[in-house]
Amino acid sequence: MAKEKPRPPGDDHWLVRPTTIRMLWIVSSILLACLVLLDLAIEHHPHFGIDGTFGFGAWYGFITCVAMVLFAKGLGLILKRPDTYYDN
Amino acid sequence: MTTSFVIPPALALIAAGLVLPFINGALRSALLLLAPLVTLWLVWQVPDGVQLTTSWLGYQLELVRGDKLARLFASVFAIMAFAGGLFSLNQSSSFELGAAYVYAGGAIGVTFGGDLITLFVFWEIMAVASTLVVWSGGRFANGAGLRYAAMHMFGGVLLMIGIIGEVLNTGSIAFQVMDTSTTARWLILAGFLINAGAPPFSAWLPDAYPAASWSGMVFLSAFTTKTAVYVLLRGFPGSEILIFVGLYMVFYGIVYAILENDMRRILAYSIVNQVGFMVTGIGIGSQMALNGAAAHAFTHIIYKALLLMSAGSVLLMTGKRKCTDLGGLFRTMPFTMVMGVIGALAISSFPLTSGFISKSMISQGAADAHLGFVWFMLAAASAGVFLHAGIKFPWFVFFQKDSGLRPPEPPWNMRAAMVLMAAFCIGLGIWPGPLYSLLPYPVDYVPYTTSHVVFQLQLLLFSGLAFFIMLDLLKRTETITLDFDWIYRKLMGWVTRGLNDGSERAWDRFLETADTVLTRVNSGIYRHHGPDGVFGRTWPTGRMAFWTTVMLGAYVVWAYI
Repeated sequence: MAKEKPRPPGDDHWLVRPTTIRMLWIVSSILLACLVLLDLAIEHHPHFGIDGTFGFGAWYGFITCVAMVLFAKGLGLILKRPDTYYDN
Repeated sequence: MTTSFVIPPALALIAAGLVLPFINGALRSALLLLAPLVTLWLVWQVPDGVQLTTSWLGYQLELVRGDKLARLFASVFAIMAFAGGLFSLNQSSSFELGAAYVYAGGAIGVTFGGDLITLFVFWEIMAVASTLVVWSGGRFANGAGLRYAAMHMFGGVLLMIGIIGEVLNTGSIAFQVMDTSTTARWLILAGFLINAGAPPFSAWLPDAYPAASWSGMVFLSAFTTKTAVYVLLRGFPGSEILIFVGLYMVFYGIVYAILENDMRRILAYSIVNQVGFMVTGIGIGSQMALNGAAAHAFTHIIYKALLLMSAGSVLLMTGKRKCTDLGGLFRTMPFTMVMGVIGALAISSFPLTSGFISKSMISQGAADAHLGFVWFMLAAASAGVFLHAGIKFPWFVFFQKDSGLRPPEPPWNMRAAMVLMAAFCIGLGIWPGPLYSLLPYPVDYVPYTTSHVVFQLQLLLFSGLAFFIMLDLLKRTETITLDFDWIYRKLMGWVTRGLNDGSERAWDRFLETADTVLTRVNSGIYRHHGPDGVFGRTWPTGRMAFWTTVMLGAYVVWAYI
């Protein structure tokens, strides 16, 4: 397997250039905004009430993910060990 | 009872597995590819009802019992064996492949077993064969394989005691729907759940599977946990406790995968997470939820195999397994990356993938049963799946940073196996009809409504947004996260070592005390009876005269009193 030295950012694969990454953020943001706005046009059939609120999937998905990551980080503070922990 | 001549489908794979270690070259490749196809054909030759019986110790064993549920699981097991065989054509260890085929055969044997004894025999064949697959991972896998074997033997013992109790209670060995009214049935349930990776015994899975070789884990991911899902579906549908066990597994998988650094351990935690969805569905117990659990087992086997083939290719081509060592592989392994991404989208239940049409039935089951808490938990977990497996795996392996690694794509057969599984992931997502027709109950469900698709996309894409916003928090470190296995890997070691040291010390103290006491007794004897002792100095006649004097004296005193 060939090993190359990482090249400077401007010279690298087009996908990882800062300009491409900025474009990706802009396009994704527009896409996300449109996805939420679609809720204005669509009739949802909520089962429990709160799941019929505007952009429910968006805010619920975002908030629960943040909560899961923070919980995991908290747990990690107590339970994380070097990966050689069980070796000896 | 025998209505037609039926060959047990399990036999084809088990026989092939026993022959594989002894052949090589084209013959080995041919057998690897043909045996699963023959098995698949045999699966579809089994009509409904009990087809093959034999008697053993006065019990009538139902070796082959056909119905929709058995055929569904046996079919996906056979497909999985074929794809795994194709992927592993260049695996040099024929022993591993032989063990893997016996293991797959054992799983198919369980699905067709109509009674508890047949089930148990195939269950144990799986345990032994899968341990051999783990051990084929090399020296690195020795300890993990041993712990894996111990855990499954423990589960097997619980299951056996449960079966004996059930036979004593009911007089029947039939494997049918059970409630949790007796201790024996609780033990059977516990035996099943250990294989499903349920708490507190989930740790065996991320411990053992990633220790297997690049091909071994592809096989391991499919059979043990999904056979457990199958027996739970058949034995304990609607048992409420399974809802809570399942939800725990779902979040356990997410949280531990978020903290994990080894790419295949991330996917191992994600197996527990996905099986959690199925176990929850079985606990809900409605026809919709049970169909969902069965469908999800089918689609999960395929996309998890695809993910592990992608990870296995990376492992084979780079020799590296940690996210901290990987990254930027999209440059030279774009094909493997695309296949991994398709698997990642399917596990995340993106619309037009197989995960979307199966997992949503479980959520629908929760909604129909008005289980609000369960529904909201499953929705959060769906977002979490994208977070911990859907983005995390491809991002850290193929993008992230430039690790400097420039590995080539894997050989053609590995790419072909990935294409086959990716085709299933997308094909089932677009045309769910054929899968729905195989499910145990009639399906009255339309996955593709505008509302459902938009909801799912919002859930997933905003989960993705959360991932990239919190990227700093998710950065990988060279760490592991302690689990309940700490109890038997560390604590019990300390306890036994402590007991050992303690007993050694106690023994030393005993010897010391005994030595002092004996020395004192000895020196006492020496003082009185030694050369200078009162009794040693006198001759025997002198001693006789002394004692006679003493006794006469005593007699005189006695006479006066």
